[in-house]
Amino acid sequence: MSAQTIENTEAASGRSGDETPVLEVRDLHVTFRGLGGNADVNAVRGVSYSVHRGEVLGIVGESGSGKSVSSMAAMGLLPDHAVITGSVKLHGEELLGLDDREMATRRGKVISMVFQDPLSGLTPVYTVGDQLAEAVLVHNPGAGKAQARERAVRLLDLVGIPNPEGRYRSFPHEFSGGMRQRVMIAMAMANDPDVIICDEPTTALDVTIQAQILDLLRTAREETGAAIVMITHDLGVVAGFVDRMLVMYAGRPVEMGTVDEIYYGSRMPYTMGLLGAVPRMDLERQGALVPIKGTPPSLSALPPGCPFAPRCPIVRPECSLAEPDLLPVGEQPSEAQIRAAREAGAPAEAAGVSDTGVQRVACIRSGEIADNAWTAQDIYPIPEIPEVPAAKTRREDRPEMLRVESLIKHHALTKGAVFKRRVGTVYAVDGIDFDIREGETLALVGESGCGKSTTLMEIMGLEKPQGGSVSVMGRDTSGLGGADRFALRRDMQIVFQDPMSSLDPRMPVFDIIAEPLRTHRRPAAETTARVYELLDLVGLNTEHATRYPAEFSGGQRQRIGIARALALEPRLLVLDEPVSALDVSIQAGVVNLLEELQARLGLSYLFVAHDLSVVRHIADRVAVMYLGKIVEIGDTDAVYTRPAHPYTQALLSAIPIPDPEKERARTHIVLDGDLPSPANPPSGCRFRTRCQKFITLSEPEQERCMSIEPALEATNGGDQAAACHFAERQTVL
Amino acid sequence: MGKFLVRRLLNYVVLIFLATSFAYLLAATNLYPRGYFEQMQPPPTPEAINTQLDTLNLNDQTPLAQRYVTWLGGVVQGDFGQTIQGREVTPQIWLKAGVTLRLITVATILGSALGIAIGAYAAVRQYRMFDKAATVASFVVLAIPTVVIALSVQVGATAINGVAGFQLFLFSGEYSAGFRGEWWELLLNRVHHAILPTFVLAVALFAAFARYQRNMMLDVLGSDFVRTAMAKGLTRRKALFKHALRTALIPTITYFTFTFGVMVSGATFTEKIYGWHGMGAWLIDAIFQQDVHVVAAASCFMAVTIMVASFLSDILYAWLDPRVRV
Repeated sequence: MSAQTIENTEAASGRSGDETPVLEVRDLHVTFRGLGGNADVNAVRGVSYSVHRGEVLGIVGESGSGKSVSSMAAMGLLPDHAVITGSVKLHGEELLGLDDREMATRRGKVISMVFQDPLSGLTPVYTVGDQLAEAVLVHNPGAGKAQARERAVRLLDLVGIPNPEGRYRSFPHEFSGGMRQRVMIAMAMANDPDVIICDEPTTALDVTIQAQILDLLRTAREETGAAIVMITHDLGVVAGFVDRMLVMYAGRPVEMGTVDEIYYGSRMPYTMGLLGAVPRMDLERQGALVPIKGTPPSLSALPPGCPFAPRCPIVRPECSLAEPDLLPVGEQPSEAQIRAAREAGAPAEAAGVSDTGVQRVACIRSGEIADNAWTAQDIYPIPEIPEVPAAKTRREDRPEMLRVESLIKHHALTKGAVFKRRVGTVYAVDGIDFDIREGETLALVGESGCGKSTTLMEIMGLEKPQGGSVSVMGRDTSGLGGADRFALRRDMQIVFQDPMSSLDPRMPVFDIIAEPLRTHRRPAAETTARVYELLDLVGLNTEHATRYPAEFSGGQRQRIGIARALALEPRLLVLDEPVSALDVSIQAGVVNLLEELQARLGLSYLFVAHDLSVVRHIADRVAVMYLGKIVEIGDTDAVYTRPAHPYTQALLSAIPIPDPEKERARTHIVLDGDLPSPANPPSGCRFRTRCQKFITLSEPEQERCMSIEPALEATNGGDQAAACHFAERQTVL
Repeated sequence: MGKFLVRRLLNYVVLIFLATSFAYLLAATNLYPRGYFEQMQPPPTPEAINTQLDTLNLNDQTPLAQRYVTWLGGVVQGDFGQTIQGREVTPQIWLKAGVTLRLITVATILGSALGIAIGAYAAVRQYRMFDKAATVASFVVLAIPTVVIALSVQVGATAINGVAGFQLFLFSGEYSAGFRGEWWELLLNRVHHAILPTFVLAVALFAAFARYQRNMMLDVLGSDFVRTAMAKGLTRRKALFKHALRTALIPTITYFTFTFGVMVSGATFTEKIYGWHGMGAWLIDAIFQQDVHVVAAASCFMAVTIMVASFLSDILYAWLDPRVRV
């Protein structure tokens, strides 16, 4: 590409050329030198972007794509052994090569950062206020303690910490995760910076808190006029929040452009696959998700040519000849040119790519994709998922797999080491009812601390619950003897959330999958045959049997976990957040597998998740939990299209949809505050303290919410039921 | 918090009582004070020995329970009985404790400060030359028993004195016997005597502290809050000092308090070798002299120091770490 085209495109983009970008990154490379003979890790390989005042740039990519490392490099926060080359300009002034002291005067003052995990981000031994005041004082030592303190209190107030004067003296552990993230944002805003880099700022938070934080970041942008660089893997967050975006893969940007260009006209197979792999909460029947086969390459041993080529559905031999440059659509060299360049032996000249604001794609077939207007569904092979056979019979006529009736689990809060006394009760699960029929998926959703995991553990224990009853396949668990319980476990198995820690690292895969069979004393020959059958069933190869879990990627490990759970041919599978630890492209494959297995084996699922988009995709029925109670239950389509409980409405409204136009048009219901402590739930309706409807009610109506606990009542004359005195079915999506 | 501390204190009192009683009973049943008198030249008559043992409450012909009750009656009033030579034990406790405390206070402070500094810096420079050197040095010291270190230092000091031609290092006693002079000359003389034993104790402590602090520091070095501090605009050095070290010091400081308590009884070898008449040396001598009451008194004193130290470390921990404050 010639310099002339760059000029041309710059003129075409209509951007005022005279304004220097606040932050301009050009051809940034970061390499971590391998210690002790290990290969170097090329974490970032040529990133260029620029952000202007008030603009929001999104950097999207899966774990290990180099998105965080590139911004840490810009902040000067990488360890000494990282080798950084290229250029990072802040207001036109070069940052790379500055020593730590010079960088420190800019960090937090001109360019600041909000990190992912608010729980560990604050020093535990200093008060929140002092840490905030420190951010002010360090750049303005003359301000004096009193003035810094005053500013800190104002900042706390600005980010919505109630009673900022009093909370100034609180320590970080006295704050919830959402409040700590607010403090982190206050810290980033403290000196009115020109750029705020947000590194997955909401990933560790619940959806209702995520909505609050995103709102706050919008406030921060308005307040400071800063440019924001938003790093995330969540395509929903990007859709509504950013103006332009950069998609990264294996340390390199593979596509950049405005949000609309990329969401509605992506020309890079990876981005297309990523967008197709996201389960959509707003679509009635999405069909199977787009699975991207394989896993991202290791950054220390990259394949030659395009790093995505091994996973790409439309790969050509030329793809592995040279790594394609990030060029505007239609300007990629033709295949013949690539071959010619290769034969001529001319080293592929790295065009100094600068961010000019036009859509750019690093794929040699991008022009072809644009001409044919291909979508993910056209280029990716979508698996056929058969119908669940049991779905033909009416729900009431199908046999019951699991029935839970007014299940109660209270933990005692005790004090004292020698003489324990009860000082309170945690109402973890406080009387919930549901049932699961054959071939059906029930999803239990809710924010952390709502009691969904406790419910699972109570069910899996197969013991007499504290209160209420659990019956599996029609057998009440309270009357079971040891042998009966052992036999019943065959019919009910579990897949855990974290595939990294739920497999014994010292056992080969064969033994892991064979363990349930051996425990239940199946003959050895049968066990061997069954293990290979299971490996095939979950999409792994026979030769994987002798390897250890550490050799597998997250998605493959979760497949091993699923194979282990299926070993005894259970009829009910309990899935505890099975995909929440996985990247989007991997998640899609596992979700498809689960759906396929359900259809082929007639399984029933109890699916616990906090990701409502995945739930919409996979579940037939959904139960929404809040503080140990089910507040709404019903058919997934009914609950998602016409939720009746204010909490369900807020929850659905809080989730960003990966569709920029829809997302911009939506108004989110943002709930106030945090989840109340389950040790001290509010009287009457537990949700009333945060309820958006409660505020609009008249006094006698409010009185009713405060004194009478609402029961689950049918809202549409059918399956859907909500626990609200003033339930009203509304569309929120 | 106050209530919690009072309960803790009561627990400790019970523990001290038990520890001292066991020490007394063990000493009373296993030591043989009669033998001490029987060996005297000229040997006293058995009647004289019995009378002597009776006045000291050490007669093995009196039932153990009765001796114990008599002894305990005295202890409750602050009287630990008499040594086998017939002197009062109680005033001697303070004398001996004074000697030991003088020796170990400087040594623990010096050793731990050095250990913390070197350990923390080694963590920052992980796997670099400094870290490797510090690691080798601490492991060498940790692998050698204190006795060997004390003796080697003594041998080395003798050699140096030989080369220097005068007493550059002194390694016997707390001060020169019969030394007369101004108060500052006395002080200088005492300091001169204290150099070597202090060094020996400090070296052993340094090794333990350097390893401990290095691990604590490594735990917090990569933590998010250090990164946050740097993102705020602190330099790396300042962030490490103010945020990482401050947090990593919490466990070390409580460990320090505890070490101090343990050292009171742990300095025994060094005291013996360098001729300091401290608590540890006293205990060893008492065992050889079949002196039941001194053994019990020294045990009691050590129990008290260890309990005081762990009580202090509880308080310090709560003071330093807001997370455990109730």
